[in-house]
This record gives sequence, C-alpha cells and structure tokens, in this order.
Amino acid sequence: MEKKIGCYICTGCEIGEAINAEAALEELSAPVKKTHEALCSPEGLAMLKQDMESEGVNALCIGACSMREKTEVFNTFDPKKVIVERVNLREHVAWCQKPGDEDTQMMVNDYMIMGLTKVEKSDFLEAYSPSEEQPIDKTIIVVGGGVTGLTAALEAAKAGYSVVIVEKEAELGGFLGKMNKQFPKRPPYAELQDTNIGDLIAEAEANSNIKIYKNAIFNKVENGPCIYEISLNVNGKEVNIRGGAFIMATGWKPYDPNNLGHLGYGNCSNVITNVMMEEMAAKGKLERPSDGQEPKSVLFIQCAGSRDPEHLPYCSAVCCRVSLKQAKYVREMIGDSKVYILYKDIRSPGLYEDFYKNMQQDEGLFLTKGEVASVTEDADGSVVVEAEDTLVGKNIKLKADMVVLATGMVPNSADGEAIRKLTDAKATLKKEDAAKPQIEAAEQDLITYKDHEGSQILNLNYRQGPDLPMLKYGMPDSHFICFPYETRRTGIYAAGPMRTPMDIQDSMDDAAGAAMKAIQCVELTSQGKAVHPRAGDESYPSFFLQRCTQCKRCTEECPFGTINEDAKGTPEIFPTRCRRCGICMGACPERIISFKNYSVDMIASEIKSLEIPDEDEEKPRVLVFMCENDAYPALDIVGKMRLQYSPFVRVIPLRCLGSTNIVWIADSLSSGFDGILLIGCKYGDDYQCHYVKGSELCNTRLGNVKETLDRLALESERIRFEQLEFSEYEKIPKIIEEFMETIDRVGPNPYKDF
Amino acid sequence: MSEPKSILVIGGGISGMTAALEAAEAGKSVALIEKSPYIGGRVARINQYFPKFCPPVCGMEINLKRIKSNPNITIYTLAEVDSISGSAGNYDVSVTVNPRYVNSKCTLCGKCSEVCTAEIDDDFNLGMCKTKAAYLPHKMAYPRLYVLDPSIIGTDDAQKCKEACKYDAVDLDMKPEKVTINAAAIIVATGWQPFDASKVDYYNFDKNDNIITNVMMERLNAEDGPTQGKILRPSDGKEPASVAFVQCAGSRDENYQGYCSGVCCAATIKQIHYVREQYPDAEITVFYIDIRTPGRLEDLYLKAQEDEKVTFQKGKAVNIDGTSNGNLLIEAEDTLTGVKSKKEVEMVVLATGMVPNLAETGLPGGGATFDKYGFIVPDGEGIYGAGVAKRPVDVAVCTKDSTGTALKAIQCLVRG
Repeated sequence: MEKKIGCYICTGCEIGEAINAEAALEELSAPVKKTHEALCSPEGLAMLKQDMESEGVNALCIGACSMREKTEVFNTFDPKKVIVERVNLREHVAWCQKPGDEDTQMMVNDYMIMGLTKVEKSDFLEAYSPSEEQPIDKTIIVVGGGVTGLTAALEAAKAGYSVVIVEKEAELGGFLGKMNKQFPKRPPYAELQDTNIGDLIAEAEANSNIKIYKNAIFNKVENGPCIYEISLNVNGKEVNIRGGAFIMATGWKPYDPNNLGHLGYGNCSNVITNVMMEEMAAKGKLERPSDGQEPKSVLFIQCAGSRDPEHLPYCSAVCCRVSLKQAKYVREMIGDSKVYILYKDIRSPGLYEDFYKNMQQDEGLFLTKGEVASVTEDADGSVVVEAEDTLVGKNIKLKADMVVLATGMVPNSADGEAIRKLTDAKATLKKEDAAKPQIEAAEQDLITYKDHEGSQILNLNYRQGPDLPMLKYGMPDSHFICFPYETRRTGIYAAGPMRTPMDIQDSMDDAAGAAMKAIQCVELTSQGKAVHPRAGDESYPSFFLQRCTQCKRCTEECPFGTINEDAKGTPEIFPTRCRRCGICMGACPERIISFKNYSVDMIASEIKSLEIPDEDEEKPRVLVFMCENDAYPALDIVGKMRLQYSPFVRVIPLRCLGSTNIVWIADSLSSGFDGILLIGCKYGDDYQCHYVKGSELCNTRLGNVKETLDRLALESERIRFEQLEFSEYEKIPKIIEEFMETIDRVGPNPYKDF
Repeated sequence: MSEPKSILVIGGGISGMTAALEAAEAGKSVALIEKSPYIGGRVARINQYFPKFCPPVCGMEINLKRIKSNPNITIYTLAEVDSISGSAGNYDVSVTVNPRYVNSKCTLCGKCSEVCTAEIDDDFNLGMCKTKAAYLPHKMAYPRLYVLDPSIIGTDDAQKCKEACKYDAVDLDMKPEKVTINAAAIIVATGWQPFDASKVDYYNFDKNDNIITNVMMERLNAEDGPTQGKILRPSDGKEPASVAFVQCAGSRDENYQGYCSGVCCAATIKQIHYVREQYPDAEITVFYIDIRTPGRLEDLYLKAQEDEKVTFQKGKAVNIDGTSNGNLLIEAEDTLTGVKSKKEVEMVVLATGMVPNLAETGLPGGGATFDKYGFIVPDGEGIYGAGVAKRPVDVAVCTKDSTGTALKAIQCLVRG
C-alpha cells in the first residue's frame, strides 16, 4: 500500500506558546502539514479524518502530547491500514523547556524530523498466520491430573475449550487422592472436609470436552502456541496430538525426610512425616510403626526442614494448618490422646485463623513455641524431644509415643535451563575439537547440574531447554506479583504447588487462573496477535536470513526461547512463541531482524536524520534511549511536574532496552552525538524488566562497546547506562544534569565535524 | 440506555482491573465500574510491593496500557451500583454515574487546578494533606481527566475553573446519570479499607499523632505523599531514631477483627526496609504474635532478622501511651507465657488489617453470601467475589484470583 504522510502539530496545552509550530512543520518534507489548537478535540480529530478521507492520508505523524495520553482519540486506527506515530511535544518539550527559546524550538524540530523518519520507515502491519500445513489448534493441554490439573481442565472445558489431560501415573487424583481429609475452607472453619477427589475425577471423565491420557509422558513437543505438535508416550505407545497452550499442573513432592536425621527420622522408629500420617489416617487407623500400638501422645514438629537455609529456606505455607488438621485426626480417632505442636510461628493466615482458634479450644492440644535441640528414642520406643523454649529461654523436654515431622512441599518442576546445560556439556565433551577451557567448563556443568539429569517433563524442542526456566527454589520464573502466570515460555502457564507452595483451595483458584491465561493465549495467537505484555500487538519480527552469520546471539538472548537453530546454527523462528520485545533485534550484529514498525534501520535513520550543531555553537547533543514501559512514562511525569532539564537531549523510546542494537551507539557517535544515555529497568534477582532480561542484556552489550571505545581513544564515559524504577521519576532531571556535566568535562565528540 | 451483554466488574482496584483485562483480552466485552474518580484502588497508594520492593506503578502502567489498547473494556468511574436484578447469565444492573464536572475534552493542561482556590482533604493521601478542589487525583490517575469536587459546584471557584479551561472540558451542568448494564456475570472486586485503629482504645491512635498506621506509612514513604517521601514523625517532623511496629493491631482479636489479614507481617517487614533505607541507625522493634510470611516471603523475614537493629519481640501490645517528649511507651504481653515487656520509642506504626468494603452495606440487590466478617463466601453462580472482597490476601493472590474469576464469568457468558 502507498503511504501518504500527514504531519500535524497541536498547539494546545502550552505547546503553541513554547514553540513555533509552523516553523517546525516547514522543516519537514511531507505532502500534508497542519497545525491545530487542540488536535484531540472533536474538531481536531475531524480534521485528521477529513485529511484521511479526502487527501488519502494514511500515515500520521502527530506532534502533541505523550503517546500515553489521549489514546482513545489517536490510537483507534487499524494498524493494518493506518500508521500513527506520536511525537511528544508536550510532556517532553513544552512542559519542561523554556518557552520561546531557540533550543526549545530545535528540540521540537528534531523530534518532528525523527517522528517523520519513523513514519517513513514504518510499514502497515500484517498479522502473523501460520502456513496452511499448520492449522490453528486451540486445545488446552493440562500436564498433571491432580486437583490442580483436573480443576484447570474442567474450568477450560466449561468455557467451551477442548482439553487434554496428560497424567504420568496410572490413576488421576495426584496427592489429594492419597489424602484423608482437608482442613475446613468455609465458615465456620470447624469440621474437616472430605477431599471430594472422586467426584472431581468423575466429573472430568464425564466431560465430553476432556480427553485423558494416563500412564502418559511427553516424548517431544515441537513448534509453538496454537501449532504445538506433541508426541506422547501412552502406556509405551506413541500418540501424536496437537495443542494450543499448556497448563503445568505437575504438583509437588514432599521434602525428602532422609535429610532430617537430626529430627529423628531414620534414627527413631516412631518418627514419621505428615505425608505418612495422612496415608495412615486415610486407611482409617493410626498406629505407631514400631509396635502397631495406638499412639496416645503425638508430637508434631513444625517447619521440619522448612524455613531452614540448610534445607528448604522457604515456608511451605500449608504445614501449620495440616498439623492442626492431623491433630484433629489424632484427637478424634484415639481416645484420651494428647497432641503437642512445637512451632516457630503458627501460620494460619486470613480466614483460616478461625480454624486455628477452633482448634485452640481443644483441651488435649498443646502448642509450644520452640526450637528442637534433639530427638532421641526411649527404651519403650517413645520419642523424647528436647527443645529450647525461645520465649522464656528455658529448655523443655517432651516425650511422645509418636512424632510427626511437618515436612514441606517441593515443586515438581523441571528446570529447562539447567537441563540444557547438561545436554550442552555432554555435546561439548563428545566434540573432538573442543578447547581445554570448554572441556573444563563442561565438566564443571556436569557436576553442578547433575541433580537435573533425567528430570524433563515437557521435552520441549526449544534451543534454550526442554522445560520452563526457574527463578528460585524450583519455582518458575515470572513476574509473580503483578502477572503471576507469565512464565518465560509463551503459552505455557504454571499452576498450583508447582508454581509456589499453596493449599487445595488456592490450587483450585490457581488452576482457573492458568486456564484463563491459556484460553487468552489461544484466542490472541489464533488471530496473529501477541500475548502479555504487548497483548494484541500484530507486529512480529522477520529475519533476513541470507545475511545471517549463525552467531546464535538471537537464539541465546531471547528471554522466551522463541528461536531455535538448525544444525548449521541458522535461526529458526517460531513467531507464535514471540512476545514482540525486540531483544533479538538488539542482539543481532548483522541487523537482519525487523518488525514492520520497529527496526534497527528505523532507529538508526532517526539518529542520522538529525542535524548536529557544530562544535563552536556549544550546543552538545545527547541521545537518550528509554524503556517505553518505565523510564519514558516516568519522564512524562517529570513534564507534568514542570521540572526542567537540558534542552540538548533527544529521547528515543524503545520497546525494551534489550532491543538496543549496538550499531545505534556507533551511528550516534559518528553522527556527532556527544553522549548516549540509556535508561532501563532494574535488573538482578528482583528484576523489574517486563521482558525479564532486557535491561541486563543491554548493559552487558554496552560493556563490550565501552571496551571498544577505550581502544579507539574515545571516552567510554560518553555512554552511560542507568537503572531506574518507575517511581524514581524525580531522579531523571538529576541523571540528565550529571550526564551533561560529564559530557561537558570530556568535551565534544571529536567525530562531530566529520 | 442498555449495553450489549457483557461481564460486569464492580471495583477498579488491582483485582477488578485484572479480572476486567483478563476477560477482555480473551475477546469478551467488559464493563468496569469504580466509585472513585480513578481506577487503581488501594494498590495505587502503595509505595512498594513485597517481596521485591518494586513500585506498583510499574505493573500499573502495563495494566493501563492494556486497558488503553483494548476496545472491549468500558470504564465508568464515580459510579455505584443501585440495584441488581435477574440471574446468572442475564443480570440487569442499574448504576448511577456521578458527575465529574469534567468531560472527555480534558487535556490535563491543569489550568483549572491553577485557578481554583478551594482545597479539600487529599483522599489519595488518606487525608494526610490537602489538594485543590479541581484536581487530578494522582499523577498516574486513569481516566486521564481532572475532577471537580462537588463541594465547589455553585461557587466562584467552579466558575473560575470553567473560564480557565480553553477546551470546554469543564461542564458544571453535569448531573448524575443512570446506566443499565446487561451482564451475564458479575465480578465483585470491591476490595477493602483499613481497619479503623481508633476502635482499639488502649492504643490511643486518635489521641497521639506519632502513632500512625501501616497504610499511612506507605504514603509517608512515597515521593508523591504528604512529606515527599521522608519518614518524619507527625507531631514535630523529627526524623525518628526508633520505630515500633505493632502487629495484629485489632486483628486476630475477637473484640475487633477475629481474622488475620494475611499481609501485615510481610508489609511490616517491607516497611522496616523503608525505615532502614532512610535511617541506617534507627532502632526498630516489632511486637508480634506469630510472624506470618508464607512461601518465598520467608526470605524477607530471614533477611530482616539479620539486621542487628531490628528486634522481633513476641507479645501482643496491650497498651500505648504518650510521654511528655512526644515519645510512646508500649506495653506488651505474651499471652501464652505471660512474659511482659515495655519499650519507649519515638514513633509507632500500627499494623492494621483489611476490612472488606461491603462488610456494612452488602451488595445492593443481594445475590451474594457473606461470612460474619463481611467477606463474600465463594458459592453460587453468576456473582463472584474476587480479591479481598472474598478473603484477606496480598496482591499476588489477588491477581491470580481475579484471573481465575474472569474465567468463571466467561463460563456464564458461554452458557448464556
């Protein structure tokens, strides 16, 4: 489609008083150029629409307020038919610069030229659709047939979706199937409830939208969301299915009590775990292992291996309530029994406090805060527990017929990245020409990651590994506060105790949430649209592979594992896995990765489109790359607060700082920019980058550039990377000021006048 | 006026926004109603989230971006439900939309606020400071429109605002409007309000300025708060050399609020971090019954225990009295052991819990079952509680809960 560009400047909101809009438009070469006193008003919008209808304008460069404002007016056009580029002349110029000043005018002129360049380099979007051999499939694949998996399957099925449950065991039900009762989850939180697992299984089996494979594991999962090709091993036979999205409901396993010798496990015959207690209760009879006698006194040791840096550092969240429940088993099943609970803190959060209070009414239940010092066996088989009562600082000694260790939950997850390290290490060691340091690193990896051997669950054919990447403690990597389901593999959503320790009700709620995300994924993907956080985006990256040098950086750096590579190392892209952040585009040294509306060439052209004042004009120029999700909106707030900063900066928003291509640094310096400031999100363990790795990757790339600059005797201080939290907007003017001082000190870019 | 059949979400806090967005991104039509002039609810007033110490505006920006780019969501602010009729699959909900006195032509230029002389309590900052009566509730407030407080309507101030607006955005003749929304399902995400600490008379909260609550602490540490982010004790602006946190202030207590709010322990540990960042030498004492930091939140507690100037003192605070120098004397007692302690500090933060917003009013038109505390009991079809309307939980649980609840609502839509 032919592009016809219209350039518009709004003169409202003090823009007209700050700058000469007509003069700025004169600098631009476009067929339609207009100003309006309030472009967002009904009259302003009518003018735009009139130009589109009568003049055929279909590409708009709008100089007005921030792209984050008045979206209901300017962002309503179909990006397949109309290109819209918003140039921020209000928050980033009129509200933070001296009105009527020559430098303010230059800023506007530059921003409009950059905007126009971007429009010229943009193309109309075309949504991605897979080839005809790859029909769209919206089936939701649920991995695991425990309470989380069954609930997820039923929730998706009730919304009209086809579901496949893949369960590795011969029977459905998971851990809940082995349990006796569950603690109360409704007011008045007094009586224990049945597990109802039988009903749940029957309901899933009877639902015509749900297909169940038992004794089934994954041989291989190929491709991406909506076009997954899945090979299952069902009872030893290969079964091939297709799928749209996955819900990982693989549950948990108890912490290995063999590590808890210091709490008597393995050393005292009557020390058991809460899981063993549950199974015993489910069989209907409580008896102590040594002699089959009914234990008249039972002592629970809380946090057995939990909240302990030597074992599980985290709290499993459910064990306190489980012990209260099991105390009730003992009290109800054994007459004259006594139960002791030795705890650090009783954690019965929220409304479960009522359950705790109800249990406290039981005169046969004794709660003591204390730290276990020793657990030993008495001659009669009973267990003696010595503990320090941390409140009164006294040592106490308790004797019980049986001790139950409240052990925690370990997620049943597989760490895709760790497994990949093992696979790669083995491949390196097989190579005949591997260098010594490579061999040493590989050997080290074999030791470091040995526990992950054979732990695969999904067997994804993803270059970055066969399963989800993990964050900590075997819990999947995600923005677990704001966006808990967004794992680093598009279309694969974790739920239940596999995601983080949780009880049955929470697992069921979580299952519904994951099912919602899986449904959203298949709906958006089937229309060629991106999922979170750029939900609905119809752009996607294309690769000009003729120029690819097989450097593999795109494959390695994509946080979402979008790209595989063939035997030669040429990237194979799976667009339905893509989140559209552009990190691959930033990684590529050959600049072969582009979106129709976002590319290396586009930004480079923006940089080169500017006229840089000569050195003697003493008007330095600093380019500022900003993350459009955090730093850019923070700069908008700076404008709203009318805080002033240097008129010599030129801001370019990026989808993610991770999309920064190093060539832009070279382009900026050779164009005469004196410095480049990059402002991205916090990274590290508590990263805030919406694309997980973007800002960190950008910083790593810059580290390499700085070395090069030093070699060329160009001061590396000309490039600065800053991490900024959204709420730290007030720091931005200071960051800019300090950087301008640095640039002043190192002097003008020596390439300026070339 | 009747809208096409959709999902109705009541409440525009993090739970309501999440539920609305998740359903809308699956292609469903959603109406979101919010009683205040902006969406974001309590979360907008939190300075940092635990356990990452990250700013909620970061996630909020993404959610707002999602809302702005999604044509499936219709938002009504300053709106309240009058009545609900019908049943699952087909509800008619009558809503009153109160006047903002500012229309969609508002450009955020701020001229109305500049000329307005009247001031009102700044609700966003919990009344800890004042704001102009023509105002943008906070910097990120969405919808991106100013508001005129009803108190100035009919005054010269209102007239001045109208005259100052070049865009014809101030409309003093706005009247409350009735809207009927036809919805297949209703998600009640009405959230919470802080427990009124003055109810616990032995804490003397309303008699002593230097006793604040945890929600006030969030604002004290916020850049856009009443002290521009400085933690200062209210009576004299002193930088506190010692701070005590009193856990379960009114919570886990049959006389006030029988349940545990589930979030205050982690919130206090986060606020210890706030104090520590500003005052490396401040002495901090936490009076607690049990420290409840489930899951990965335990990492936070472990870290806080490593701080030599933080003391975790088991025991319930049973009395707080002011001293002549503005300090506070806390008496605590452990109910299990009877161990008593006393401590003098310069400032006290009461870790108050969450009271469900519908505790007193219920849902207009009924249709939901409430427990004795005012939380919605999750049963029945068609009307679903989400987030803290259902039970006291943190943001991470609210987001997951609301996502799942969105699917329950979609199921009603599919069933018809």
